[in-house]
Amino acid sequence: MTSTNEKQLSKGMGIRARRGIAYVVLVLLSFLCLFWFYVLFINATRSNGELTKGFTPLPGGYLLTNWTNLVHGTLPVWQGLFNSFVVAASCAILCTYFSSMTAYAIHVYDFKLKKFMFTFILMIMMIPTQVTALGFLQLVGKMGLEDNFIPLIVPSIAAPVTFFYMKQYMESALPLSLVEAARIDGSGEFRTFNSIVLPLMKPAIAVQAIFTFVSNWNNYFTPALILHDDKMKTLPILIAQLRSADWLKFDMGQVYVMIAFSIFPVIVVYLLLSKFIVQGVAMGSVKG
Amino acid sequence: MKAAKRGKVVSYNRWGYIFLIPFVLVYLVFQFIPLVSTVYNSFYENYRSGLTQIGPNFVGLGNYRALLANSDIWIYLRNTLIMWAMGFVPQIIVSLLLGAWFTNPSLRLKGQQFFKTVIYLPNLIMASAFAMLFFTLFSDGGPINSILVQLGILDAPFRFLSNTWGTRSLVAMMNFLMWFGNTTILLMAGMMGIDTSLFEAAEVDGATSTQVFFRITLPLLRPILIYVMITSLIGGLQMFDVPQVLTNGTGEPMRSSMTLIMYLNKHLFNKNYGLGGALSVFLFIITGVLSLIVFRFSSEKK
Amino acid sequence: MKKKLLSALLVTAMAVGTLAGCGGNPSSGSGTASGGAAGQQTQAAGGEQAADEGKVLNIYVWNEEFKSRVTDHYPGYEAVDATTGTIGDVTVKWNITPNDDNAYQNNLDETLLKQADAAADDKIDIFLVEADYALKYVDTEYTMPIKDLGITDADIADQYPYTQDIVTDSNGVLKGLSWQGCPGVLFYNREAAKETFGTDDPDAVQEYVKDWATFNETAAALHEKGYNIMSSVNDSFRVYSNNVTSPWVVDGKINIDDNIMKWVEDSKALVDAGYTTTYELWDADWQKGFFPDGKVFCYFGPAWLVNFSMAADTEGSIGNQGGWGAAKGPQGFFWGGTWICAATGTDNPSLVKDIMLQLTTNPEIMTDIVVKDDDFVNNKPAMEALADGSQTITKTDENGNVTYEGPYYSDILGGQNPLPMYCEGVADLQLSNLSSYDQGCNEEFQDAMKAYFEGKATLDEAKELFYKAVTEKYPELSY
Repeated sequence: MTSTNEKQLSKGMGIRARRGIAYVVLVLLSFLCLFWFYVLFINATRSNGELTKGFTPLPGGYLLTNWTNLVHGTLPVWQGLFNSFVVAASCAILCTYFSSMTAYAIHVYDFKLKKFMFTFILMIMMIPTQVTALGFLQLVGKMGLEDNFIPLIVPSIAAPVTFFYMKQYMESALPLSLVEAARIDGSGEFRTFNSIVLPLMKPAIAVQAIFTFVSNWNNYFTPALILHDDKMKTLPILIAQLRSADWLKFDMGQVYVMIAFSIFPVIVVYLLLSKFIVQGVAMGSVKG
Repeated sequence: MKAAKRGKVVSYNRWGYIFLIPFVLVYLVFQFIPLVSTVYNSFYENYRSGLTQIGPNFVGLGNYRALLANSDIWIYLRNTLIMWAMGFVPQIIVSLLLGAWFTNPSLRLKGQQFFKTVIYLPNLIMASAFAMLFFTLFSDGGPINSILVQLGILDAPFRFLSNTWGTRSLVAMMNFLMWFGNTTILLMAGMMGIDTSLFEAAEVDGATSTQVFFRITLPLLRPILIYVMITSLIGGLQMFDVPQVLTNGTGEPMRSSMTLIMYLNKHLFNKNYGLGGALSVFLFIITGVLSLIVFRFSSEKK
Repeated sequence: MKKKLLSALLVTAMAVGTLAGCGGNPSSGSGTASGGAAGQQTQAAGGEQAADEGKVLNIYVWNEEFKSRVTDHYPGYEAVDATTGTIGDVTVKWNITPNDDNAYQNNLDETLLKQADAAADDKIDIFLVEADYALKYVDTEYTMPIKDLGITDADIADQYPYTQDIVTDSNGVLKGLSWQGCPGVLFYNREAAKETFGTDDPDAVQEYVKDWATFNETAAALHEKGYNIMSSVNDSFRVYSNNVTSPWVVDGKINIDDNIMKWVEDSKALVDAGYTTTYELWDADWQKGFFPDGKVFCYFGPAWLVNFSMAADTEGSIGNQGGWGAAKGPQGFFWGGTWICAATGTDNPSLVKDIMLQLTTNPEIMTDIVVKDDDFVNNKPAMEALADGSQTITKTDENGNVTYEGPYYSDILGGQNPLPMYCEGVADLQLSNLSSYDQGCNEEFQDAMKAYFEGKATLDEAKELFYKAVTEKYPELSY
């Protein structure tokens, strides 16, 4: 009895020390993560001329001026925000839904080409996206899909990395017996997937939805080559356009405000989804 | 009876194909056609001189020979792997540590929600914008240098981006900051899946938390670790945007921070589908081999 | 705050002769009104000619500069929204693709190559180019000779010759026009000049920087007083490279001109002696010299650099205190500028012609551009009249009250009138040694030599890197 007590006591002290270390590391990392937002904010509050002086830790007084210059300029920032949202959200939805579906096909069913398909998709994953970028653009041109969101959204249906994650997740979180049970209840395969499997996949979907949303929100390369009409442009293109402004209009203060403006919505989306992730991950653990 | 059952099974399995249709269809249209043309083009001389198209002329393995004629490509591979490792090693250590802390109920960390949320935030900043902020801080007259000089650590400002290891460190640091939150989230998802009764049993047996971590958490985490390793390796070999924006595409100094994809990007400047295609095939083979090694290595240990 | 600066600098032409029409109108700074008055007669003509031509005018650009010039100054242009407008019954479509990642040229290339097969209304009519890559487009069939549009030599006689050199193809055919002239001079820190030479008089200072040998000697004197002669060696690259005697590529071989090698030699010496640095242009460190604490003696640049990029609107900067002076410097050069090209196959040739003529040759419109945008326009007589003071300017405060009337001067330059210097520098400029590889060569050369200057590589290694980088971009070249 005494020995266990002693042990617990010494262990308790160990825990306190480790907790201390954990807090120090966490605070340090949080600082490293949040610091950039502070720098961005500072720069967004300074005029183009002040920015040439270099970084100062105190904000300037130009935030409102920069912001008014930006929204009263010729760039359609609100339209850009809307476009970015449409593209990123559609990608996130299509990507997670169809990747789950693909993973489900490989995970649940047993068919001749299963092994081949799995290996095939894994191999695709190793092909860098830049490799096919220019061929992709020519294709888009031939299909007459320039100034159109389709070539930005639809390809996200075939996302090998998301598929791989979904597949790994299903292996740990989707018992085949569940599918069997649904079949016995007379549920169709498609309905089983939609109403039983998808809800189970929520945590994985939330995680991948964020990843996909963010990477598409920040994508510049492909959209810049496909979207030329101001009504269709997404935020990263508008930022690049602001940065290549002529000397008369060039204003880094506006650029920083625009960057801050374009990050803000992603933060909101992330904060909304992150709660869901943490909950979801916890839910998954109960089952594990 | 038996025949009927088999028939039913077959009809279920047909759904496997049906569910694959969207992926396969989209893949074929938007990626496979461009990909095939990439491989096909690697055997041709095919580029633009200004607005004039040169080729395609069949050159057999000429592009591959040109690529391997000097050691450049191996240098770029080495750069890529070095910068990947410099970012990935701290990343996986920190992520495992954070994952362990967050999932350890006896630590009872406060403000977990906050920390879990914060670590992913740097990923929300575009790489190009992130690089702009880095420039502001790490310039010769920037705050980092003035702090280091004022503290007496340095005599004169250190020119981070004119120094091989300075540049590589900044690339690694940016990659680390952008991706460690992502890795932590993935690992945490894996750790939460581990049966808590295992931890309780270990505690009863008097195992230290270090023992618990290495004997229980790590082995059980292997599948997700493999996933993280492989996707990170693949992502690392495809490293592009961070060093590209940080060095303005030059990979300076003297190309010591030039990655394979940055090199590929140089060939895309004049739409050199020939050399670019050959480089892509090379990259594909390298990635495949390395992924296989990681896969073998980690499953053998099991 | 740019606006404020603009109105303070507002240069209103108090015109003699042809310019009388738009003179003395304090509200001319507000834009479209003045443009409309300038060209009513031409608008009617343009409308008639366009009758049998296409209904859509497609213009490819990378930023909004040209769009705002057309909006403000082309008679009859009505903006519909950010990327659409109308001229008479022709719809103008602006295809704006930013420069980042070479996106503008990639997009333009793909569209030009499809030009022949495109429907009439989808064909590019006008596209814009910059000096460094102008020949890539000009030296092809995709760009239309100016003559074929019906523009004569007499029409463009008042333009600066260098602006035409840049868009003249290898057969000597002119294929583009610009409304801007961007001659550059040496802007020196008056405080540093007084401290080092005991005078800040432009003519006296010029003696210290009149050629490269003197310039380099002066660097030592400035160093003693704690000043870097330039912010970076990249500042002077443009000056050397504008004065080469051979192009970057000769018969398919990469060629490094003697004057470029002289830049390397001079720069290495300056860097080794600690007289300057290797910062990239526009870096935070490079910009430090805009302020007194940056301790930089001079920058090489055109009018727009000192007027708009050197933080003149910011408290405490040298420009804000009127602390810069302008001297001609060792050699003449230019920096910047945008050229208008007509795409072969355009279905609106007469409208394209009219836009080119109005914006690049019509003295009224060009003076308007000086007034509204503070551009240095591509019109010799107009600029010379301002330079020698035969044409005076009016400055107004924010309320439109006239505060000054007289010869042109610059507050930022401490009251100096730099125009004679600009005009002189640009008159000497010979740019016959251009190639369509200039963009790649200039960029890669500076990048490669940076390693040499910093002692990270030998000269041969740096050259080797330059050759390698250029042949990656242009596989058809050898060395």
